[in-house]
Amino acid sequence: MESATLTDRERTEPPRREPAVPNCVIGTILFVGTEIMLFAGLISAHVIFMSERIGELWPPPGQPRLPFEETAINTAALMASGIVLAFGRLAYNQQPRRALLPLGMALALGMFFVGFQGVEWVGLIGEGLTLQSSTYGAFFYTIVGAHALHAVAALICLAWAWSRLWRGTLGKAHFDSVQIFWYFVVLVWPVIFFQVYQ
Amino acid sequence: MADASVTTVEGAVEHHAHEHHGPQGILKYIWSTDHKIIAMQYLFTGLFMGLVGGLMAYVFRMQLAFPGISVPGFGVVSPHEYNALVTNHGSIMIFWVAMPVLIAAFGNFLIPLMVGADDMVFPKINRLSYQVFFVSAVLILASLFVEGGGFGGAWTAYPPLSAQGDYNLSSLGATLWLIAVALEFIAFLLGGINFITTMMNSRAPGMKAYDIPLVCWMIVIASILFMLSVGPLIAGAIMLLFDQTIGTGFFDPARGGDPILWQHLFWFFGHPEVYVVLLPALGITIDIVATFSRKKVFGYKIMLYTVVATGVLSFFVWAHHQFIAGIDPRMANVFMVTTLLISVPIAELCFVVIATLYGGSITLNTPMLWALAFMAEFLLGGVTGIFLGATGADIYLHDTYFVLAHFHYTFFPIAIIGTFAALTYWFPKMFGRMMNDTLGKIHFWGTIIPFNFIFIPLFVLGLGGQHRRIYDFQNFPELAAMQPFRVFATMSLIVMLLFQLVFFYNFIQSLRKGPKAERNPWKANTLEWTTESPPPHGNWPPDQLPRVYRGPYEYAHPDREEDYWPQNLPA
Repeated sequence: MESATLTDRERTEPPRREPAVPNCVIGTILFVGTEIMLFAGLISAHVIFMSERIGELWPPPGQPRLPFEETAINTAALMASGIVLAFGRLAYNQQPRRALLPLGMALALGMFFVGFQGVEWVGLIGEGLTLQSSTYGAFFYTIVGAHALHAVAALICLAWAWSRLWRGTLGKAHFDSVQIFWYFVVLVWPVIFFQVYQ
Repeated sequence: MADASVTTVEGAVEHHAHEHHGPQGILKYIWSTDHKIIAMQYLFTGLFMGLVGGLMAYVFRMQLAFPGISVPGFGVVSPHEYNALVTNHGSIMIFWVAMPVLIAAFGNFLIPLMVGADDMVFPKINRLSYQVFFVSAVLILASLFVEGGGFGGAWTAYPPLSAQGDYNLSSLGATLWLIAVALEFIAFLLGGINFITTMMNSRAPGMKAYDIPLVCWMIVIASILFMLSVGPLIAGAIMLLFDQTIGTGFFDPARGGDPILWQHLFWFFGHPEVYVVLLPALGITIDIVATFSRKKVFGYKIMLYTVVATGVLSFFVWAHHQFIAGIDPRMANVFMVTTLLISVPIAELCFVVIATLYGGSITLNTPMLWALAFMAEFLLGGVTGIFLGATGADIYLHDTYFVLAHFHYTFFPIAIIGTFAALTYWFPKMFGRMMNDTLGKIHFWGTIIPFNFIFIPLFVLGLGGQHRRIYDFQNFPELAAMQPFRVFATMSLIVMLLFQLVFFYNFIQSLRKGPKAERNPWKANTLEWTTESPPPHGNWPPDQLPRVYRGPYEYAHPDREEDYWPQNLPA
């Protein structure tokens, strides 16, 4: 825009200032803020639900215990994915193409996380935990399912970022946006894990 | 740095293409990404929905005044139809009239023009926002005609009534209602992201934070409030949708759920929502009052900080809707204190407006009348709110017509008076023609006087103990005796609705034959008045985007001959 039509006015006056934070980063932060409030709503609903059941037999009779230990491994995989992505960002600052490997690893770890969850869900449904079987099950599938949907969406963004990086067209602002979204998915998970799987 | 420039060039190329190869013909008005056209789409959809909501009010008010009558144009109102009408009247007026017109239409139209940008920063997301909104509007209207009828569980949708088709007998209507509301929220999330980012990043060179017109600030603060409060309600809506369709038991006590949980999730959003729609209307009022009293806004920064304080406080008052829902009385006391506290900043805002008027050279034309009426009527709404905020009084007044009259005294000024104020003020800029001031004043008085005549009787009825959700009061001898009040309110409503014909006549006539508007018919300072009326695509010629040298309200500056000093005029 600046180079195409430079008028006298623009030559004499300073150009429109460069925004301190790029548009798509602000947009992503606002979106993630809303998502944080969505999960705050779901999690606080679960907290209230649990507080009304203090002293009751838990989990309810006939319902399986949630696989805390296996999911702890899975949680570690997701955390690792976030850390690898942080190293990817550092590598990108030096040489964009150096971020290809860490970004790919973050993507693979994220896919492992979602896949592992899928396997876990199949097992739990087999043990009789469904949305309708009890409010316990309903909360589990709603909250963890909402997170899984966000994880899949964020993985699609990561894959898109990786393909643009491969073609050498991934801008800094786009990398930042994808990174913020993935960090949201990574960091909201431990809260869900300790609240829902306890 | 290299990457940043790559992005900029890409953006510029994209924008360039959009300018020259945008949709042509009729598609221009449907598929455009221009913020002004999207604003018009929101405006006309919102006005249409306002008409639908107003006619719904006509039907159920007729039933209340003349129970069992065959309402002209509708027929006999059955109890279920009555419930569906009041529910959808409330939902439509808040979600499909107040929000699209005040936030989306005027936010879209004003923010880029007032901050000196050529468009929103995310034009395609903006278009998507309207499309999602349009689908939601179609769904809410469709929900009235499906098998079992529209949803009749009030706009608050309290479970267990809303949780299962067996209870509300309109399972399809309830589900469609819920999906429509959820889609509407998504539309406004997309819009809000645009408003906030545009105001942060696309301001004209020289425009500092305190040079932004207050109406832009208000719309942006309202968007932030909306985005922070809506998450828990979306969470609740997902859970309620599962209760309705899959058969979970989040909110249904019969299936091990907790109905009060929904009330918390709903009102955590529901109370900030009042301020979400109030703030844009207040910003519109302030801008109009400053222009037509030819005075600088008294205490620009005080106003801004007060509004932020109101916004923060509005997140801690929600349980005042639940005083008699069985919450802990100690908690109720806390919420009573915060609720009464919130009247302090609102009173401050009223005083700011009065101080702006004081000593001004006031022109009482149509927009100014609407703006002043907004303050007067909203004040009545606020004062009656104090009674309801006090736990002791609320036990008696809860769910009576007193509550109903109270929130109509807040929402009517916001949604209707605020809309007319903005529409009459920015009409020359939006459509390039002047509106007829005499017809505007006739419409003003024909709306304001009947409005008070509708709702003052309802205060009396509420104090007399009339409950909100009753279809026919003839079964209650004490309440049946107050029938003249109901008839009077209904008659006033019909008068008010008829006076809207004056507005539509004036609107269409002015659009066709009104005198051409110059760039700055009101001699106002803000940037939107520096471009043509109506503004061309891109708002200003690409090489003449404005620069800003001063604040938006420099009226009657002692050093200047003229009594206004546009923001873009070099010193």
